[in-house]
Amino acid sequence: MSNLSCSAICRNPRLTSTVIIGAGQAGLAMSRCLGQQSIDHVLLERGEVANSWRTERWDSLRLLTPNWQSALPEYCYNGNDPDGFMAMPEVIDFISGYASRISAPVHCGVNVTEVTQTDFGYLVDTNQGSWLCRTLVIASGAFNIPMIPKAASALPACISSISSQQYRRPEQLQKGGVLVVGGSATGLQLAQEIHRSGREVTLSVGEHVRMPRQYRGRDIFWWMEQSGLARQSYKEADDINRARRVPSPQLSGSTNEDMNLNCLTDQGVKLVGRFSGVHHSKALFSGSLSNVCKLADLKMRRLIGRFDEWAMGVDIDHRVFDQAEFEPTRISSVPSLDLDFSSGEIKTIVWATGFRPDYSWLKLPVLNHKGMLKHDGGVVEAPGLYVMGLPFMRQRKSSFIHGVSDDARALCQHLVGYLDDPTGIRQQCA
Amino acid sequence: MTMQTAQAVNNGVNVAALMGAREALSETPAAARFNWRATCNWINGTHSRSDVQSFFGLGEEQNHKMMTSFDADHPEVFASEDNGPTPVEYVLVGLASCLTAGIAAVAQHREIQLHSVTATLEGSMDIQGILGMDSDVRNGFDNIKVVYDIDADASKEDIEALVAQSQKRSAVFDALTNPTNVMVEVR
Repeated sequence: MSNLSCSAICRNPRLTSTVIIGAGQAGLAMSRCLGQQSIDHVLLERGEVANSWRTERWDSLRLLTPNWQSALPEYCYNGNDPDGFMAMPEVIDFISGYASRISAPVHCGVNVTEVTQTDFGYLVDTNQGSWLCRTLVIASGAFNIPMIPKAASALPACISSISSQQYRRPEQLQKGGVLVVGGSATGLQLAQEIHRSGREVTLSVGEHVRMPRQYRGRDIFWWMEQSGLARQSYKEADDINRARRVPSPQLSGSTNEDMNLNCLTDQGVKLVGRFSGVHHSKALFSGSLSNVCKLADLKMRRLIGRFDEWAMGVDIDHRVFDQAEFEPTRISSVPSLDLDFSSGEIKTIVWATGFRPDYSWLKLPVLNHKGMLKHDGGVVEAPGLYVMGLPFMRQRKSSFIHGVSDDARALCQHLVGYLDDPTGIRQQCA
Repeated sequence: MTMQTAQAVNNGVNVAALMGAREALSETPAAARFNWRATCNWINGTHSRSDVQSFFGLGEEQNHKMMTSFDADHPEVFASEDNGPTPVEYVLVGLASCLTAGIAAVAQHREIQLHSVTATLEGSMDIQGILGMDSDVRNGFDNIKVVYDIDADASKEDIEALVAQSQKRSAVFDALTNPTNVMVEVR
């Protein structure tokens, strides 16, 4: 009986031209573009609009990008603090406000369980029945599942561990020392916050991206935007696969406050190398700390040099600011290579080791051997299938809120071309 | 675009072939599995001789152009005959040659002409470890220092970047700085 009713639902799917999976900034930007082209579509959202921002972020988090940069197609920040950084409630309001403004056809609480290919297009099965669509846009995000090192399974029972996705505030952690693993924005921010709560913190640092919050009186994102770097195309990247794996820069959403390893050292956080395993109830760390810090310092100076070079060629008023000198990252001449869990020094590990997207519901041959989508600038290797919001997807800024507008416009154009002529030669995006 | 230079950069590294290999291996990742080998025979005392000839890679058995033998021993201060370098010195040799090869390859890729590259290495250890005198002292190196003197057509910063990138891509640097499973069996 239950089988019968299921197949009855599956045989009566609702029809639409386009299904967008996910109603975050990427899905909504695409919805806006499709709406302008009068393409009928729905957004299927497992929770509420801006769900990840509501449910998967820690309390004190602010956007890394300044308010003036927050913009979606035909929508931008209009508050009175353009140089500030949104806290999560503001981000949720900003994105929800957009959904209302554009009257996005969002179906909330709809969890996609399976996507399969049919003669018509794609069959999208959900906990609320099925949809049949000719084109599908995956906007479910790039940061769904925390990537915890395999060695975590060998941790002694006395150590509790938590991912940055579950972490909300220091009080959640038991008293005692904390090992934070991860040298990107998340790892550094959590290390600082947890240390300020009165806990001893050790931070395990692998390859990372160092950036000053401001340079020559302007926010670093101003430089990236103005110099054109943020708009750099995926086709111009030296090695796009590597560029797409670059971790988020060491920044925090705070004007004038740098977030780097020297600041943390000054505050009393202890630095160790990349977490590389557990052996005899000891955590082992790589001896490469010195080199990863050197690499990050060199790359930051190269980036700043690029901005200086660009500034020479344009007439801008910030030239009065001196070119800054950056202090090299200071590390101990003999960083610890291990940490003995039995000493009681550490009670908790916080994993800030990045995320991967969840495509477990996508039953299409479009994933590579690493489980990542095979796509060309968001055009997935299956007719009428698109993805939004992945790192450096079409431009360096693709995974940022302000980065989705250009991508949505370009992919919408491709999608409309496909609907008009599905058998035609696959169109090249503008 | 790079400016036209009178003479092409040549460090003797075929970067085009390396990039081609990377491209080809991305299609067939299984061929990227390499097994490196050595055999070792005890001679007398702490003296042994290791031979290196065959290896496996690109899906099939491979051979070096010639077999190479390496004598290892301990020095006279260890009451040995000093028939060759100590094993830990071979580790330094491995690290130095791996980093130096990397520097040449990265320099070629970045179009930097090298004139001379000299590495000076020093690994320090407390032999109370290997003598079993103090269980808190580890057997192996507790620190390795590598100093490069490089003459190249590049700024100091670009040269530092070469050296940093070469560590990032070095197999021996990785083997020394990260734990590795080592299985030793008796047949």
